[in-house]
Amino acid sequence: MSEEKRNDAVEKKNEEYSLNDDRRVKVLSPGAMVAKRFFRNRIAMVGLFVLIAMFLFSFVGGLISPYGEDQLFYRTDILKKEYASAIQNTEFRYSVAEGQNFPSIIQAKFILAQRQKDASFEYDGKTYTVTEEGKDFYSISIGGTVIGIAYKDVFSVSDQAQKLSFNTAFAGLKAFSNGESAFSADGIDYTLASDGLVSVGDKEFGYISRFVVQPLMSDIFLTREFKDKAIEVMSRNGDRMMFTDRSGKEHEYFFNFDPKTNKWTIREETESRVYDTYSAPSKKHWLGTDRNGMDMLTRLMYGGRVSLMIGFIVEIISTVIGIILGGISGYFGGWVDNLIMRIVDIFYCIPSMPIIIIIGASMDAIGVPPKIRMIYLMLILGILGWPGLARLVRGQILSLREQEFMTATEACGISVNRRIFRHLIPNVIPQLIVSCTMGLGNTIITEATLSFLGLGVKFPFASWGNIINDVNNTFVLTNYWFIWIPAGTLLLLTVLAFNILGDGLRDAFDPKMKR
Amino acid sequence: MNTLKFVVKRLLISVVILFFVALIIYILMRSLPTSYVETIARQKSMQPGSKSFEEWMEQLNAAYGMDMGIISGFFHWLGNAVRGHFGDSWFYTVPVTQKFHDTVWLSFVMGAISMVFEIAIAIPLGIIAARKQYSKTDYTISVIALAGISLPTFFFASLLKLLFSVHLGWFDLFGLVGRDYEQLSAIGKFFDKAHHLVLPIVTLVVISVGSLMRYTRTNMLEVLNADYIRTARAKGLSERKVIYRHAFRNTLIPLVTIIGGSLPGLFSGALITETLYSIPGIGYTSYNAMVAGDIPFSMFYLTFLAILTLLGNLISDILYAVVDPRVRIS
Repeated sequence: MSEEKRNDAVEKKNEEYSLNDDRRVKVLSPGAMVAKRFFRNRIAMVGLFVLIAMFLFSFVGGLISPYGEDQLFYRTDILKKEYASAIQNTEFRYSVAEGQNFPSIIQAKFILAQRQKDASFEYDGKTYTVTEEGKDFYSISIGGTVIGIAYKDVFSVSDQAQKLSFNTAFAGLKAFSNGESAFSADGIDYTLASDGLVSVGDKEFGYISRFVVQPLMSDIFLTREFKDKAIEVMSRNGDRMMFTDRSGKEHEYFFNFDPKTNKWTIREETESRVYDTYSAPSKKHWLGTDRNGMDMLTRLMYGGRVSLMIGFIVEIISTVIGIILGGISGYFGGWVDNLIMRIVDIFYCIPSMPIIIIIGASMDAIGVPPKIRMIYLMLILGILGWPGLARLVRGQILSLREQEFMTATEACGISVNRRIFRHLIPNVIPQLIVSCTMGLGNTIITEATLSFLGLGVKFPFASWGNIINDVNNTFVLTNYWFIWIPAGTLLLLTVLAFNILGDGLRDAFDPKMKR
Repeated sequence: MNTLKFVVKRLLISVVILFFVALIIYILMRSLPTSYVETIARQKSMQPGSKSFEEWMEQLNAAYGMDMGIISGFFHWLGNAVRGHFGDSWFYTVPVTQKFHDTVWLSFVMGAISMVFEIAIAIPLGIIAARKQYSKTDYTISVIALAGISLPTFFFASLLKLLFSVHLGWFDLFGLVGRDYEQLSAIGKFFDKAHHLVLPIVTLVVISVGSLMRYTRTNMLEVLNADYIRTARAKGLSERKVIYRHAFRNTLIPLVTIIGGSLPGLFSGALITETLYSIPGIGYTSYNAMVAGDIPFSMFYLTFLAILTLLGNLISDILYAVVDPRVRIS
């Protein structure tokens, strides 16, 4: 039994290693070796997954999200709007009889006389008689002719179109201050209720009260019921009331008394539709809304799109320029190399961040539209970013050119084109991929920094940088974490993932690496 | 002799490069569609009873020397710049060099302090990571270094502000001096400034410590794989001696060159960090000038940065030759 088993095992082993079997030696192409090394690197895999998640979040997330990039949200807010004001009349008011003259100097003299309880005063050679007609109600006359009245209770007419004649006012006030229930003036009989309501027959005419209630806006007409109720609240020092207007809608009013001006302010609660700004995370908006009332999560998705796209486009621009110039420089050498390398030196010395800031500020000044601005930004970043890549490509090509396999291609008579593109470039690509991956992270940071300073991507477009821009407002920094921390975290994760990935790729491409 | 020749040659090339850099910057500044002059002209023409915008532009351009052609204007600027005349800043209305002198030392102090911290943190950690390659320590240090590199400055600064200024209340949000600065004694003033520089320096250190750390690790790894280290181990030297006598000294070669090369950069100011904390160093000052379209100041600052870059390259090349006996200048 055991013998058989062992034979079996040996046979199996032999089968595995039989000469005509391809699997005899595990052959891996260089590419597969790289992939194997890469997939073994756990940290690099984490970076890869984070990046895949970011891409899904940004490019697919925008499609799934029920909201648009710049869709505004509203909420109804209850605002207290000033509606009316009221004063309790403590000063005398005056009315002038028709065809008479009652100047303010006489009014002042009257006050003096009233204080001293004089029945008459003299001014400018004339004698004025003060008659107390009722409580806080006086008439002033010269020689029996009434020239005016002074009163503290105010007679208002319900129908605004109707004018209150002097005689009616005189009679009404006199009746009210003496507690009478009827009076007549100009041939019309009025009834007077104890609360000050004046009516002609069944019809309401007006009312008399110590309180003067006035609307703050000219298009509002305060009804009698409203005024009555308000006066009642004010006279018992209440601070709020419910009132149902003629259309049956109930409003709440708030009363505020200012002792300095002796004035009541009546504020009405109204519902207004306002932008739903800085609302906290909720079921509807998972990460709240931003300062414009847009859904934060959706903004982040579109912002990721912009940030990643700008990163890629910039990297493509600078890589293309870098490969072409570096390749030419390295392959041909001589004066071409010298010239191109001096250009690289010059570009290397140009301080890119200040230049982009200056250009950004001037684009601000002339008001470049946001979309065009984004294109300019990519072009500038791309054009300023190539020198490093050109140096890298040139260095690689210089060293590769001298190696035996290139001599071999020359000896085999392979055309120059083929030599460059089949044999030279593929050997540069690993280095390029590594440098581009790490460069992408850098580009994204640069773009975000510019957008943060307000010189990069502009509203209405979202970018992670300009979302965080709001943190410049200290109130947002302190109170609304959901405005800037998610965007910053996404930015950090993405850049970190690109760097980790680049690191992992470098290790994987390096044949000297054991793992 | 050889070294001197090399330095002179490099200097001459640097001057030529600088000339072209200045030319490009000047052309760029002059061809911008808008500038401080226009802003001023627009403001002035808005005033009641004023001249028209075009007239103001003409007058101001003449006053600021902007009526020359771009090329002749450049040579005019260059002629003055060589003699050290950079003109008056439009935005700050003082001579550019004076404003520069007032602000650059603050930036230098900030940069120098953070550089000391960077070196003190990065080199030991880099060496530890390299010694224990692929260990947990190595992974942790590498990931922290990468995180530092990947942190956007403004985000990190905001986090620091939220934690230390808002929640803990240890530092002010902005500025170099506190509210009661004028009432403080000389020592109090010094400590007030130092107190306000803590967060900016922490930001600078954390943002830039990662690259030096990684650089140290890579170089240390390279050295540790070298044959002479194997020899040192083979002849039975203690691990301490192998690492600190043989390996570390050789790692110092690239480190010294790169640190030497970054010394001129200390004067360039931290544009973003200073702006974030409103620290009136050269970076923040230039940021304001550049955003306002102040051509004399921007020209000066950009040229200055280019000089610093060239100087840095030169220093690191020379140091490389001096420190590493294997490198012979040809």
